[in-house]
Amino acid sequence: MESAQSQRPLMVKVWLGLLGLTLIEVLLAYIHVGPLLMLSALMTFSVVKAVMIMAYFMHLKYDKPALTWMLAPALVACILILMAYLLPDGYLLLENRP
Amino acid sequence: MSAHAHAEHVTLAGRPMLGVGLKKLGMWLFLISDALTFATLLICYSYLRIANEWPHAFEFSPGILFSSLMTLILLSSSLTMVFGVAAAHDGDRNAARLWTLLTALGGAAFVGLHLTEWNHLIHEGVTPFENPWGVPLFGGFFFLITGLHMTHVVIGVGYLLVVALGFGGGKFAAEDVEVAGLYWHFVDLVWMFVFPLIYLLSVAPGS
Repeated sequence: MESAQSQRPLMVKVWLGLLGLTLIEVLLAYIHVGPLLMLSALMTFSVVKAVMIMAYFMHLKYDKPALTWMLAPALVACILILMAYLLPDGYLLLENRP
Repeated sequence: MSAHAHAEHVTLAGRPMLGVGLKKLGMWLFLISDALTFATLLICYSYLRIANEWPHAFEFSPGILFSSLMTLILLSSSLTMVFGVAAAHDGDRNAARLWTLLTALGGAAFVGLHLTEWNHLIHEGVTPFENPWGVPLFGGFFFLITGLHMTHVVIGVGYLLVVALGFGGGKFAAEDVEVAGLYWHFVDLVWMFVFPLIYLLSVAPGS
């Protein structure tokens, strides 16, 4: 961690990037885009922001790749399984909504 | 970095474990399981939201702007946490303590604003069981998800205070500050999903 201080400008850039993405999200809410586009855009931005936070703020990018490989696939797989169970049925409910 | 610090980076069998200390590894494993708790709640929320006519409860001003300010504060507190961890690794105990205390202050401000918003909504008639706009589930999920997140923030503020004072006083190592930082960034990360899904998608039309 001898480079802890030298990473400061990079971390400020990451913070500015996170603020910028959040600002775009709020603007999308302000101009009221359609629900499907809104959901896709917001979730894309959220995943990008989550990866930025984990890679830089939580330092995963600078740790051994083995740590990421142990943590990330399990989480992603569990979330995908949850979505595979629930979302097709949710789509059906949306279609059948009175 | 003494023999003590080195010893934390090996398993009981004496082999290196993913290049990180056991405390850090333990925190990461907890965070992954906690991420699944939030993911499950948010996916269930999405499912029920698709199945029902969901209320669009938040006016752009002040509702969305207010929660945007909360987001700004939480994101900024993550940056001060990064500075605190960097100072801790550089051995600058005073700077580490100050940055970490500033992070805790940001967290406390977030909780204060959040409670103000809760209070406002409760006065408008939103409870976990009913609300003026539509399906009762709206209130239930709003308070469940934001409440669980706020609980994490409150615990985080206490955790940061203990670590800031303990590290400033020489009781904790730099790794302890780093592990507390991981927890704090996670709280920020979860909000990056709660904010769009709960607030931005529920902006009132024409507001």
